[in-house]
Amino acid sequence: MQLQKGMFRKEYFWKWLISVCGIIMIVITIVIGAFLIYKGSYTFTGFGHSIGEFLFSAKFSPNDSYSGSNGSVGAAVFIVGSVLTCGLALLISTPFSLAAAIFMTEISPKFGNKFFQPAVEIFVGIPSIVYGWTGLTVLVPAVRDVFNLPYGNSVFTAALVLALMIFPSITSVATDAIRGVPSSYRDAAYGMGSTRWQIIKNVVLPAASSGIMTGIILGLARAFGEALAVAMVIGKTRVFPKNIFSSTSTLTSVIASNMGNTFDGTEYNSALWSMALLLFIISLLFIFLIHFISAKGEKKANGKD
Amino acid sequence: MGDTSNIKFKIQDLNLFYNSFQALKSVNIEIEKNEITSLIGPSGCGKSTFLKTLNRMNDLVEGTKVEGSILMDGIDLYREMDAILLRRRVGMVFQQPNPFPKSVYDNVAYGPRIQGIKKKIELDDIVERSLKQAAIWDELKDRLYKSALGLSGGQQQRLCIARTLAVKPEVILMDEPTSALDPISTTKIEDLIIKLKEHYTIIIVTHNMQQAARVSDKTAFFLLGEAVEFGVTKELFSMPRDKRTEDYITGRFG
Amino acid sequence: MEKIKQAKLEDKIMTIVFYIVAGFFLILLLVFASYVIIKGFSGATSQMFTFTSKGVLNQLFNTIYLVLLSLLLSCPLGIGAGIYLAEYAKRGKLTETIQICIETLSSLPSIVVGLFGYLAFILMTGMKWNLFAGALAVSILCLPLITTTTFDAVRALPDYYRYGSMGLGATKWQTTYHVLIPSCMPRIVTGIILAAGRGFGEAAALLYTSGMSTDINWSNWNITSPLCPLNPFRPGETLSLHIWASFTEATAANAKDIANLSSAILMILVLMFNITVRIISKRIDERAGGGK
Repeated sequence: MQLQKGMFRKEYFWKWLISVCGIIMIVITIVIGAFLIYKGSYTFTGFGHSIGEFLFSAKFSPNDSYSGSNGSVGAAVFIVGSVLTCGLALLISTPFSLAAAIFMTEISPKFGNKFFQPAVEIFVGIPSIVYGWTGLTVLVPAVRDVFNLPYGNSVFTAALVLALMIFPSITSVATDAIRGVPSSYRDAAYGMGSTRWQIIKNVVLPAASSGIMTGIILGLARAFGEALAVAMVIGKTRVFPKNIFSSTSTLTSVIASNMGNTFDGTEYNSALWSMALLLFIISLLFIFLIHFISAKGEKKANGKD
Repeated sequence: MGDTSNIKFKIQDLNLFYNSFQALKSVNIEIEKNEITSLIGPSGCGKSTFLKTLNRMNDLVEGTKVEGSILMDGIDLYREMDAILLRRRVGMVFQQPNPFPKSVYDNVAYGPRIQGIKKKIELDDIVERSLKQAAIWDELKDRLYKSALGLSGGQQQRLCIARTLAVKPEVILMDEPTSALDPISTTKIEDLIIKLKEHYTIIIVTHNMQQAARVSDKTAFFLLGEAVEFGVTKELFSMPRDKRTEDYITGRFG
Repeated sequence: MEKIKQAKLEDKIMTIVFYIVAGFFLILLLVFASYVIIKGFSGATSQMFTFTSKGVLNQLFNTIYLVLLSLLLSCPLGIGAGIYLAEYAKRGKLTETIQICIETLSSLPSIVVGLFGYLAFILMTGMKWNLFAGALAVSILCLPLITTTTFDAVRALPDYYRYGSMGLGATKWQTTYHVLIPSCMPRIVTGIILAAGRGFGEAAALLYTSGMSTDINWSNWNITSPLCPLNPFRPGETLSLHIWASFTEATAANAKDIANLSSAILMILVLMFNITVRIISKRIDERAGGGK
């Protein structure tokens, strides 16, 4: 009986410990969220700036002081910079990703499985700082020379680097989505005398669309959160870009470059925290979007839509 | 206690529900010690469900509710006993051979180890004895430390029986133990079951009526959750009392 | 008839396009990887392969040490949480909340995690930049990855392992610890290696936690000394931070070469990890194949 008592005590102990591990996940998330809200909202509560100013004003010159609100915290330039670079990156990499995913699944699955997928996975694992550094030393001069610009740092260069970074992420999710399309769909279409491209275009892609969308959003989220690689190639000007070949700043690049130069609790510092809070909210939005799309996709698959 | 009687299990008015579905309907059966009892019936009739109530494996399925009582040696399984301790006394062999992805030795030693036996000599002894009892010692003694997953299906199933024996149970439940095996392996396992009767009470679910007739002393016929008929195997097969039993064993349905 | 011809032509053109895109990316990866590695080593001097302020080996050591520290923190927690979700959690509000939290954590931009680490582990504790704070920040990034791989690995195990063990009178924890975890260990290890790979390359989360300087005295083994290599509470610049530093503050004349070399080493680490993962998962497949 002694042994059995020990056994049950052990059982409860481990159950308790394992449950605590699960609950710590919640605690960490809540603590991070709470800190971000606390620090990020101080711009508005402590320094009296309006959310409208933060989101829509292009004038960013916060003071490095602890009181008063004579500076301005408009982050519109950075928001536009982020949206522009990420949008452009998505525009560049999505067609390539889709083509690569289709190649791996529909055109040459054998070669795709053996060589292409491992290659894509290696791409995913390459640290973003390496992308950034190579972008800085190779792409920036290249863009300068090819487009005959005074400087190579530009929205376009940043978008190129990001496109290369998110290409593998989108590709691998899209590949899974396309693989998930039942082969009976294809057989039915072949049976009606369709060509392969017609099947891909009219049957496979529509059937995998919600999975592909999920991949695109994941790629977008990765691009949005990337800081250093972008900061290295986009330049540091704080004005709206005139065109895609002029330099600007993004939310992440401003935080990365300036946080170390500010003191905790100053207006400048708070403004940066507000941007971090904004990034957090955007990443939550992406999650929400992914859930929304996959729920819709499931509905469609079940024939209820 | 209970040694005075020859009854191992006394099942009274057993009802079992999976959520709103009633899988067993007022089953009343008495199972005797050192006998082989087989449970037959068409699939979905509740025979496997009934088997799993005897060592409370059904507890693992969410939404299961049990009414009535099962007494083992006069003690109520569901009210007076812990499920974990019960399962050490009532072992189980499954339909699909399910060795763990460990060595042959570690598979057999698993049960004793979780009960706290750590000494190598003691474990060696249990492993050898269990494998011998399961009539597979000669085949496996040279590969005790290799993965059990490399064995053939029939060997795996006998290993699983040995694994169950190592816990020293009083009762062995078998859920269609040969349905995934070839005829030769099946024969070996049937011989083994008959041999084990000497020391254990055995209850076996089978979809194979010939098997029930070959190995068991008593047979229960289940249909739609009811224990339609229960009696001595020979009698049940030669002159069934219930029309439904007759229809089933003569192959009119199922 | 005309239509069919056109469809066939279109099909051919698109097939060629797909081949071109696929070939383009394979070549791009090959060129990219070999460019980074060759460039890195061709500009390297023997001085760079030393444990001094002019070499990169201190940074390499810091990188490995930091990743080990963060795995030490995130593995028990992540594996525990994964097992909890796979085996113990009942469907309900709590489980849903945990899953949402893990998803949130996994989508956090690493710069945001870095800021949080700066605030919570540096400012609030009053310490200077240190490796341990960096390890904590990287753990937050690794946690969701380790938790989900563990969850997936345990969930993927067939139910008959559980029944087999429970049928022998094992408790739930005994079943989990002695049967389930060993059975899916290779897959969990794969997840850990992937997480480690992420840790090696991480920079943004370390920018304001582990610090951008390193000063190690390799003959000082007094763990409380800020110069001791093994003291986790000393500043510890990693390889990726080193690259970032040569972009922002390029103090040395050959900063560019050092950054190139750092990139090359990171690239090699990534390749090595990738190959390791591949070997492990191939073993898993082989074992699964030999099972029946």
